Amino acid sequence: MAELYPETIKIDSVADIVAARQVGRNMSRQLGFGTIMQSRMATTISELARNIFLYAGEGTITITPIEREGAIGLQITALDAGPGIADIRKVLEDGYSTSGALGAGLPGVRRMMDEFDIQSALGEGTKVIVVKWRS
Amino acid sequence: MTRGIEKKYVQLLRDYLAGQGEDQLYDAQQLGKWLLLQDISPEEMIDLHGRALEYLGDVPEFVRASFSILTEVMIEYGNEHRSVTSMRSKHKQFQSEMAVASAMQKSLVPQELPVYPDVEIGLVSVAAKQISGDYYNIVTHDDGRLCLTISDITGKGISAAMCMSMLKYAMESLGDMLHGPDEMLRHLNRVVERNIDPSMFVTMLFGCYDTQKHRFRYAVAGHEPGFVYRAKEGRFYDMEGKGMALGICSDSHYQEYEVHLDVGDVLILLTDGVTERKIGRYYLHRDELVSYLEAELGTSAQVMADNLYSKLLLLSQFELPDDYTMMILRRT
Repeated sequence: MAELYPETIKIDSVADIVAARQVGRNMSRQLGFGTIMQSRMATTISELARNIFLYAGEGTITITPIEREGAIGLQITALDAGPGIADIRKVLEDGYSTSGALGAGLPGVRRMMDEFDIQSALGEGTKVIVVKWRS
Repeated sequence: MTRGIEKKYVQLLRDYLAGQGEDQLYDAQQLGKWLLLQDISPEEMIDLHGRALEYLGDVPEFVRASFSILTEVMIEYGNEHRSVTSMRSKHKQFQSEMAVASAMQKSLVPQELPVYPDVEIGLVSVAAKQISGDYYNIVTHDDGRLCLTISDITGKGISAAMCMSMLKYAMESLGDMLHGPDEMLRHLNRVVERNIDPSMFVTMLFGCYDTQKHRFRYAVAGHEPGFVYRAKEGRFYDMEGKGMALGICSDSHYQEYEVHLDVGDVLILLTDGVTERKIGRYYLHRDELVSYLEAELGTSAQVMADNLYSKLLLLSQFELPDDYTMMILRRT
């Protein structure tokens, strides 16, 4: 994994979402994730990037190969300076994900990933960090 | 996913392709159930199928590539599947919490009925769902008075249960200080009005039966009064009584009514779950209810209440859309 470096993709169009997916898929393939996991990674990136695009207008997705105690994984960080999420517990509830509102799709992302962290402040923005470890 | 499943699946596919029999299709359906139990997601299944094809022959490149599209679509189905699984476990937790609430609610009503030499009490109270919006109470006093409460709380579920515990404790604390049923309802109304959501209200009939003089003094708050059967005349009468439901207006006043029971007379108190009941396409008529009551007159108060409940349940095809409570007092 010597040749893999973190990559940050600026998100402000649908084309950027596609580009971020591509980077995530390629990097997870290079890290040795199976095909399903590559697709789940792409889906995760899609959801996070779409939230940025639809509700914050712009932001970044950073995809980082990580290593911790011998385990290899991929970390995705979504960052925006958008409206922020008022009730984080609410957006992580199942059923909310079908509402199409800000944060929709996050319960699905949380279940596909091994680690999930979200920080958000109203009027300041949102930061979501997820990690998937290669099993 | 384990190697074992993969091997099994390849074999099944191979058998099917060799003969295309219903046997294998049946096996595949059963396998589906088993895979669900193993928590295999739709996208994993697609992947499994793609790998299985590789064992069976040369897979054209366009078929192989098409699996990427299928996988991507199925991930959304997978998300939904995982969400249902998690909701199911939450639902289970919710159900067990409801069971606790339901048990707690049952502890709010008397566990056994008092016994008197010349007054029988019969009672049936059934919740339409886990939590009842009907409340009743029977409290005996040393001076031979028997205080009865029958009440319907608007709304069901947890809000009704919480309101019910408030009613019970408010009545207990008011009980010894007050004189008549009208006073009881007036005070209770103020407690309810101050403490429940403005959208809710409570209907109630509260009364005290003097087991020596066989006199029932009661007051009514928006509650449908019941019936009194006069044995001498062989007739049912509607009990009189009017009054504003509890929790609507802070200074409601109530009137006291009185009925006297002779030997053989019966008092029937109920909630609207008894009367507001659809039988086929029409609603149960009060006259009809009276005729069903009449048919049960020869029995004890409890048997009468039980039989009436069974009869009405049968008539409404075992549907109980509303909480049902009937209390019967019979002077013997």
